[in-house]
Amino acid sequence: MSEAVSALGGAAYDGAVRVEDAGLRGMITLRGDLCDAALRAAVRDVTGLDIPGQRETRLDAERGLVWMAPDEMLILVPHAEAEERVSALRTALGDAHVLCANVSDARAVIRLSGAGAREVLAKGAPVDLSPAAFGPGMVRRTRLGQVAAAFWMTGPETFEVVCFRSVGGFVFDWLVAASAPGSLPGHF
Amino acid sequence: MLSLTCPNCGVTAEETEFAPGGEAHLKRMGPGADDAAFRDYLFQRKNPRGVHFERWRHAFGCGKWFHAARCTQTLEVFGTYTAQTSSVPDDIVAAIKARRPDWELDQ
Amino acid sequence: MSARLPGGGLLIDRAKPLYITFNGRKLRAAEGDTLASALLANGQTLMGRSFKYHRPRGVVASGAEEPNALLTIGSGDTLEPNQRATTTEVFDGLEARSQNHWPSLEYDVGAVNAKLSRFLPAGFYYKTFLYPRAAWKHVFEPVIRKSAGLGPAPDRDARDPDTYEHFYVYTDVLVIGGGMAGLAAAEAAGAAGARVLLIEQAAHWGGRALVDDMTIDGQSGPDWVAGKLSALRAMENVELRNRTMGAGVYDHGYVLANERLTDHAPGADGPRHRLWRIRAGRIITATGAIERPLSFAGNDMPGVMLASAVRDYVALYGVSPGDRTVVVTNNDDAYQTALALVGAGLNVPAILDARAAPAGPLIDAARSAGIRVETGKAVASVNGKTHVQAVEVCDQAGEGTALETIPCDALAMSGGWSPVVHLWSHCGGKLAWDADNAMFAPDPDLPPTGADGQGFALAAGAAAGALMAGDALASGAEQGAAAAMALGHEPRDPGKVAAVEAPAQGPMAPVWLMPQGADIAHRSKAFLDFQNDVKVSDVQLAAREGFESVEHAKRYTTLGMATDQGKLSNINGLAILSDALGQPIPQTGTTTFRPPYTPISLGVIGGEARGPLFKPTRKTPIDGWLDANGAVWEPVADWRRPYALRRAGESTADAVTREILNTRRNVGLLDASTLGKILVKGPDAARFLDLVYTNMMSSLKPGRCRYGLMCTENGFLFDDGVVARLSEDSFLCHTTSGGSDRVHVWMEEWLQTEWWDLAVFTANLTEQYAQIAVVGPKAREVLERLGGMDVSREVLPFMGFAEGTLGGIAARVHRISFSGELSFEIAVPAGQGLAFWLACLEAGADLGIQPYGTEALHVMRAEKGFIMIGDETDGTVTPHDLNLGWAVSKKKADFIGKRAMERADLVRPDRKQLVGLETLEPRTVLPDGAHAVEGARLANGMANMIGHVTSTHFSPTLGRSIAMALIKGGAGRMGEVLEFPVDKGVTIRARVVDPVFLDKDGERQNV
Repeated sequence: MSEAVSALGGAAYDGAVRVEDAGLRGMITLRGDLCDAALRAAVRDVTGLDIPGQRETRLDAERGLVWMAPDEMLILVPHAEAEERVSALRTALGDAHVLCANVSDARAVIRLSGAGAREVLAKGAPVDLSPAAFGPGMVRRTRLGQVAAAFWMTGPETFEVVCFRSVGGFVFDWLVAASAPGSLPGHF
Repeated sequence: MLSLTCPNCGVTAEETEFAPGGEAHLKRMGPGADDAAFRDYLFQRKNPRGVHFERWRHAFGCGKWFHAARCTQTLEVFGTYTAQTSSVPDDIVAAIKARRPDWELDQ
Repeated sequence: MSARLPGGGLLIDRAKPLYITFNGRKLRAAEGDTLASALLANGQTLMGRSFKYHRPRGVVASGAEEPNALLTIGSGDTLEPNQRATTTEVFDGLEARSQNHWPSLEYDVGAVNAKLSRFLPAGFYYKTFLYPRAAWKHVFEPVIRKSAGLGPAPDRDARDPDTYEHFYVYTDVLVIGGGMAGLAAAEAAGAAGARVLLIEQAAHWGGRALVDDMTIDGQSGPDWVAGKLSALRAMENVELRNRTMGAGVYDHGYVLANERLTDHAPGADGPRHRLWRIRAGRIITATGAIERPLSFAGNDMPGVMLASAVRDYVALYGVSPGDRTVVVTNNDDAYQTALALVGAGLNVPAILDARAAPAGPLIDAARSAGIRVETGKAVASVNGKTHVQAVEVCDQAGEGTALETIPCDALAMSGGWSPVVHLWSHCGGKLAWDADNAMFAPDPDLPPTGADGQGFALAAGAAAGALMAGDALASGAEQGAAAAMALGHEPRDPGKVAAVEAPAQGPMAPVWLMPQGADIAHRSKAFLDFQNDVKVSDVQLAAREGFESVEHAKRYTTLGMATDQGKLSNINGLAILSDALGQPIPQTGTTTFRPPYTPISLGVIGGEARGPLFKPTRKTPIDGWLDANGAVWEPVADWRRPYALRRAGESTADAVTREILNTRRNVGLLDASTLGKILVKGPDAARFLDLVYTNMMSSLKPGRCRYGLMCTENGFLFDDGVVARLSEDSFLCHTTSGGSDRVHVWMEEWLQTEWWDLAVFTANLTEQYAQIAVVGPKAREVLERLGGMDVSREVLPFMGFAEGTLGGIAARVHRISFSGELSFEIAVPAGQGLAFWLACLEAGADLGIQPYGTEALHVMRAEKGFIMIGDETDGTVTPHDLNLGWAVSKKKADFIGKRAMERADLVRPDRKQLVGLETLEPRTVLPDGAHAVEGARLANGMANMIGHVTSTHFSPTLGRSIAMALIKGGAGRMGEVLEFPVDKGVTIRARVVDPVFLDKDGERQNV
């Protein structure tokens, strides 16, 4: 069986900040009633994490939960585990009205790291990215330039940016352009 | 450029994150509706100078629809509220009346 | 003659000389100079020719309001015309050229226009060039185009080498303008704890505090500014940005600001310009005021400058505009210029004050300094050809009879000051007329309002009408505190106001025309708008001709248009207009202030979106392989797809033919990953799809596929595709390539806003899968070689699907066909899409497998008469029009579009209906979109058009041309021959036939 490949094939760039392919990531879209006790329990059983609140993330080294919408959660797992986690969730949730789908290959994940990472994102996202307004534990779905994207922080100076796979190369190139040496505004 | 608060995800964002969806609280006319009612459903739209109810979608955000009560003249936003309603909620009506005492809900 | 003074020059560093060129001549400048100060320092007062009359022009101002000194900077790839010399910072090697003259700045043939000025009045363009009509194209337009514009456009092959970017910022308080008021406002708001962003368009801070006579808290102006800057820089919640111009104020506190990063340091890293997209809780416009010129004959002569600009050049750049400068004024402020000149050791032959009896400390000081002060006097005219040589003095109350000639080589004028209200006004802030100062100032009770209905802008300092230094400073501190307080912060030391000592000033007197009774000879040389060559007489003519609205008068005369947007001319112009109309100035009002405040580059508006980043292109997992294997790309919605895959030495048309024949004979491979794939799941999923599709989806059996149509509420077709029922409560809906987002959004819209009672979830899985079509008689053999699934006719019949693994990769195999061949569309995880593609190529190598592109796909589907959304549909076409009535359920009580289909217009028998066409000459291919005509011409002389071609190809399979068309009453026209006039005198004749050209019974796919 052939190995899966990420959309960006390990690309990386060092400029004002580092821009790199974050590689394969298992992702599961879960739509349902996020307040439902059975659903919350099933998610905890399968991921070991509690469902986060509005626009919040719960991340550990390998797994994560990202709040996407009032009825939608993005579950992060190792890529190879995605199918079995989907099955496990479906089993655990039984007949409940939920939608659970493996979307691991539908997206590109780009890691942005460095002191200027906030400023690079703020060149394209119409979001208050000052440390007072956005920090680890939060997620923001918005646009980056002309493309829909979501991002969250995995450390004080590190972001993960997620976009659809078909525009992964475009977003990567955009981030590279926005990370040109000498281009940080020095605002935050 | 407007700034709106999406009641679904709580984000206050600029207009470029949203997609407009026209007049809110239209009643769908399906099979059985007469021609005049169906025509009005398809094409007849309010265009007031003043208080107006609109549909918006948080297109680049949570993807959800919501409604906004807005003044088309001053661009004041009286409030945003769920799209899963066929009438203007009481608190929105109160918020509008607080700012536009002479205004009456016309539904 | 203008020259560098031996001393002075706060902003320049004489120890750091650098060299620039002007019209090829090398000139010495100092670090800190603007281009204007550098040219003046070198005695270059003539800087360009005016737009219409080619009159010699020099610099008038010292800042953003400059209308005359517009130069072309750079060359080749970096050439930029119409740059203001007053705001261009010099750097070593700067190249500048003057504009709008031929053959040279000094000897300009176009200056003949000035002699013809009598024949070039206001509205000249609207009154001339009307007849003869044919002359427009061949004579008038070329001549006008040649004379239009000031500077040259860059060469067509030039490419801007610089980069530009946007930057989003949110702040509590944005202070626009870094003069006294702005600095004070930023400090007050910052001290209260608000996040503050303070921006200043110039490279330096402090505004008039650097130049004008004052002490603040016992310090000199420059010392106070330096102290304030270091205090502000020490505040963590305050950020300062110079070279950043507040360009526009928009709804809900949105502001665009343009930061110029490398204009003064070309070649440095980073973007040239950065567009700050700021959302502020409160905006303080501390944008200062602009001095007004006086309207007298010859006021546009090089050497005539604003009085404040004259002292700016002396104080900031150590430059004297002339050895002998006459000052003409209607206010006390200009006396400071006379005193500054005398203080620099220069001669001031006279101050001509239009007021009858001015009095006050500045007047006393001038007299004490030995300066001759003439009251009630005016400039009748200016003598000189390309530079001021003398002024003729007259009584202001008279008609211009010269009383005396005063030789001089510079003339400093002041007609009073106008607050810069642009940013206040951009988003609806209202103005009030201040009669004492003869100016419009912001009405603090009518600011622009934001999302909460409250005012979001506050004006401070001179921009608010507080022209005196002490008032300006107090206003800044007060508004800074007020802005912070409005956002919930507590101001500190609210009572603390800096003590400002500056000479008191007496009242000014409005002077709109000099002298008051100037005759037509004088009025027609008294310029209002230097940039557009609009004179007092032009505005008066416009009023006489009925252009009474200030907006009409602006466009008729061009007053206040072009790059400076009338920063100097607006108030003077509308005062003249008001006078001509016999109405007070406030009744005339101002023209609309529109962003940007000063021009910004197109590059910065585009930001990062240029070159390959201009627009996102969606790419499939197979894209890289296709690109390396001869893909001729075409855009399909936001995707790029290969039109064909060309082999070495092959034409695109040959490639298409080869791909079609090979697919029909052997087996072809198509990257169909772009097709939308939407998962619809829930107990009400079937019910929901019955509403969304025109046909019945609830009766579809799990494991089976069905072709479905979607209509809008208007009853018009908008998407189609195959639906696979994955299980009792799950459906996978395939959409067109362009429709995946649209259809997903459409479904969610209905679920969220109309049928929120239905228990259905959707997910757009388009990009989770690569979808690869294996098509042709040998398709099954390829899949069997990959192994892992039984794809036999019995187990996987037409319109069935199955899940399993193929060649070790998880796959969902659909037996569907868009070509009429035996065909499998296989969805695999996108991350293994390329691997699967390569596996198919390898497995089918000896079977003749070849990839094919979208054109082969189009031709093959047309051979089968399958419709394509966007070709056969245009938003006005119903399923019935396309003979797809079979896919519109008659049993369902409701679906989107059902009510519309009952409308009389949608059931007319003479609607345009889909037919096939065969040209009588089989090699002739109809042009796409060709119209069929019939019978006599219509009353309006047009042909009677009865329909048009929607798809047209040469079919290599059939060896003849085929086409589809929408023709009025087409269903009843089988066998008719229609005429398609396609070119002058050429008509193609084609027979109406069944649109299914190949294998009408579907035997090829049913194997």
